[in-house]
Amino acid sequence: MSDTINLTLKVWRQPNASTPGKFVEYPAKNIPTDCSFLEMLDIVNETLVAQNIEPVAFDHDCREGICGMCSLVINGVAHGPEKATTTCQLHMRHFKDGDTVYVEPWRAVAFPLIKDLVVDRTAFERIQQAGGYISARNGSAPDSNSVPIPKQNADCAMDAAACIGCGACVAACPNSSAMLFVSAKVSHLALLPQGQPERTRRAVKMVKTMDAEGFGNCTNYYECEAVCPAEIKSSFISMLNREYVFAAAREAVSEI
Amino acid sequence: MAILDSKIPSGPIEKKWEKHKFESKLINPANRRKYTVIVVGSGLAGGAAAATLGEQGYNVKCFCYQDSPRRAHSIAAQGGINAAKNYPNDGDSVYRLFYDTVKGGDFRAREANVYRLAEVSSAIIDQCTALGVPFAREYGGLLANRSFGGAQVSRTFYARGQTGQQLLLGAYSALSRQIAAGTVKMFPRSEMLDLVVVDGHAKGIIVRNMITGKIEAHAADTVVLATGGYGNVFYLSTNAKGCNVTAAWRAHKKGAFFANPCYTQIHPTCIPVHGDFQSKLTLMSESLRNDGRVWVPKKKEDCGKHPSEIPEADRDYYLERKYPSFGNLAPRDISSRAAKEACDDGRGVGSTRQSVYLDFADAISRLGENTIRERYGNLFDMYHKITAEDAYKVPMRIFPAVHYTMGGLWVDYNLMSNLPGLHVAGEANFSDHGANRLGASALMQGLSDGYFVLPSTISNYLATQPREASQKVTVDHPEFKKAVAEVEARTNLLLSIKGKRSVDSFHRELGLLLWENCGMARSEESLKKALAQIPVIRDEFWKNVNVLGSANDLNQSLEMAGRVADFLEFAELMCLDALQREESCGGHFRVEHQFPDGEAKRDDEKFAHVAAWEHNTEDVSKSVRHVEPLNYENVHLAVRSYK
Ligand SMILES: Cc1cc2nc3c(=O)[nH]c(=O)nc-3n(C[C@H](O)[C@H](O)[C@H](O)COP(=O)(O)OP(=O)(O)OC[C@H]3O[C@@H](n4cnc5c(N)ncnc54)[C@H](O)[C@@H]3O)c2cc1C
Ligand code: SF4
Ligand code: FES
Repeated sequence: MSDTINLTLKVWRQPNASTPGKFVEYPAKNIPTDCSFLEMLDIVNETLVAQNIEPVAFDHDCREGICGMCSLVINGVAHGPEKATTTCQLHMRHFKDGDTVYVEPWRAVAFPLIKDLVVDRTAFERIQQAGGYISARNGSAPDSNSVPIPKQNADCAMDAAACIGCGACVAACPNSSAMLFVSAKVSHLALLPQGQPERTRRAVKMVKTMDAEGFGNCTNYYECEAVCPAEIKSSFISMLNREYVFAAAREAVSEI
Repeated sequence: MAILDSKIPSGPIEKKWEKHKFESKLINPANRRKYTVIVVGSGLAGGAAAATLGEQGYNVKCFCYQDSPRRAHSIAAQGGINAAKNYPNDGDSVYRLFYDTVKGGDFRAREANVYRLAEVSSAIIDQCTALGVPFAREYGGLLANRSFGGAQVSRTFYARGQTGQQLLLGAYSALSRQIAAGTVKMFPRSEMLDLVVVDGHAKGIIVRNMITGKIEAHAADTVVLATGGYGNVFYLSTNAKGCNVTAAWRAHKKGAFFANPCYTQIHPTCIPVHGDFQSKLTLMSESLRNDGRVWVPKKKEDCGKHPSEIPEADRDYYLERKYPSFGNLAPRDISSRAAKEACDDGRGVGSTRQSVYLDFADAISRLGENTIRERYGNLFDMYHKITAEDAYKVPMRIFPAVHYTMGGLWVDYNLMSNLPGLHVAGEANFSDHGANRLGASALMQGLSDGYFVLPSTISNYLATQPREASQKVTVDHPEFKKAVAEVEARTNLLLSIKGKRSVDSFHRELGLLLWENCGMARSEESLKKALAQIPVIRDEFWKNVNVLGSANDLNQSLEMAGRVADFLEFAELMCLDALQREESCGGHFRVEHQFPDGEAKRDDEKFAHVAAWEHNTEDVSKSVRHVEPLNYENVHLAVRSYK
């Protein structure tokens, strides 16, 4: 059996977007250090139910660090203190007995709050719908090996494609910019031969939608890179900037 | 038996699908938008189906319970996807993939379906590549392959350790394109709580908007369920927390037969349970078995020692010993059972003695740490995050965990259930894996169903349905009103009990009961015990559960309560099916039916059939067992041997 610790939680509670929220203090007692942050919240929620207090709402699903559903700001850091780790993969051995832990939702204008720690990230969906795809009609695909792709390019596209769409980059950014997310999406497809035909159109439309959704500008803080659980590199932002300048120029002369 | 007409086309197996597609009814492109198709689920099966049907011009409504279709649990698949491309030129073929899958399923799958799956497998890889899925490549720029359990060829395509995420992002991007085009309307954070049947046909669903709590009705010309598997009935599993049987169970209660519910897969390589607080189990991809060697100490006294103190001669590499030709790549059911046997024998390791070693030392000395890091780096990282152990230095500890469910709603060759108008795809149906699924075949099946099969077969049904709006069923039909009222009443009932126990406590209790009595090994005695206990837990649930909060906003306890209530009914059917299947096959191991060496003993004479259960509205224990005989015309029924 693992060791246990006691913590004091200060959890953001807010019934809905139109009612003001506040931090509420809950003790988290006898928490095994082998359990994950979300399992710690499960334990706390069980004690709340036993006292007829409505449990804290938080988003989660896979609990394996891949679905991108979990989303907590822990002691001021999106996904908490461990590098390249989602909240669901953060384990309690990284906390000390007696710690006070603040738990908050993602905060960004483009991610309106739904309840407690749950926010609405559908702005990401609309960015994706604006152009985050390759128009490959089903059934018309050529053999996969008909176009060899240098391993290096494929690997680099894979690095970008690893984004789990969690939104931590937005939550961490002082400007609530979504540039890291959008750059990952645009770069993934721009690096592959299949992505070339729609390359310019895609970059322009996704960036325009990002702006329209109320995400802020990128002013190079790189807080996004620091919290990203999928280790998306800020160099993709530079890549997106180049794509966008080039694309916008082409659009100006109405080539697309 | 007319009641279970599998509609398998006649003719030689390699011509059936071609012929069936030719004979299927078509719908004129200009008329397609007059048909509404509801797709519940946005995983590989549902996402691919919704995107393709939208692209074909149907009017599609797609639902999922997460906040984005991209988060369906397909995202978590790590290892890879099979296809009979034979790129490595190692003797693979459609026929071999077909054969391996039928054999892997312990001869309990329908030949024609499996053949079709193998036949379209190559097109799946091409479609995914075209959509931008960054599959692993070799230096020459061509696609890379690896081998997986139950096969002697390298036919598995992968994208680092996140094949599922990459395939799903491909389907999701195609879906996003259709949403933008207006052919698909997406309903995230919407949970299906009932199926609506009008005049014997599935005509719509009832969902709860998980943000506002509103119970909404949606009508359509046909309904596709692609809602995934029911592994969470065991509480601890590798499934996501939200995975449920609710959609399938509600459809079952409305008349759809549930096939082979006892076929559950226990995956051999998961991170062992380490405490009561545990909320889920984490899989370590089976691909690890390509380079890792499984062992336990030969002597019980050694179990507490540090693995480095146990000399080579005192280690039992039991898979290599028992199955020399497949070794560490023996199929899942066999590997899982062997791990259980080792632990039952008192030779398990770790503090709980409920785990075995998966050791990479040999591979690291042969290939170097870098190669291993390149192949499995993210898995080693994940292992480290969870256990705080460094698997490059000490062997991983693994133990089997509930992972996949081969059982599901019964479907015919068109993927339509016995309930006309209800189609079922992906893990939610029972179709292609028999009693055991081979690694890397679920992704293949989900995408086969979604990209290729349903888009070809669904028109067979739609062509029989009225085209003009004036003749269609709408949500004003009394059946919809009735279903909405029922769902509302059930929701209010759950909230009104105000008992003493949390939803989670019931779920854990049920899960443990099933794991112990209907898990890796089952007996008449254990199943009868579970069958006696389940109704007791269910009764207590409905008297003593405490669901707080309101019906009119986001309420996660309420969501879970509904799912657990359905698991509590479904579990009984699962045990009933396990009790009546008096044989061992694949993931279903009945201790009464084994060879002297402990291998599973099938009974082809009595059980070479699909068991499809019809619901009894009064009492689950009175459900009626129907039978679809399985005819093997191409594959010779044989004892499955991996020795
Ligand atoms: C950890 C893990 C690793 C795996 N690795 C592999 C692998 O390497 N290779 C392989 O071939 N297979 C693998 N599998 C199996 C494979 O991933 C799944 O069987 C497959 O992805 C299931 O796809 P699906 O589309 O049927 O369902 P899912 O992807 O589970 O999607 C279900 C969908 O239904 C929706 N849904 C469910 N219930 C409701 C409801 N009541 N109302 C509304 N919507 C609902 C969900 O929101 C979701 O969108 C793995 C499985 C797991 C758990
Ligand atoms: S870029 Fe990183 S932080 Fe941002 S959404 Fe993607 S995975 Fe999350
Ligand atoms: S719950 Fe899926 S990434 Fe955390």
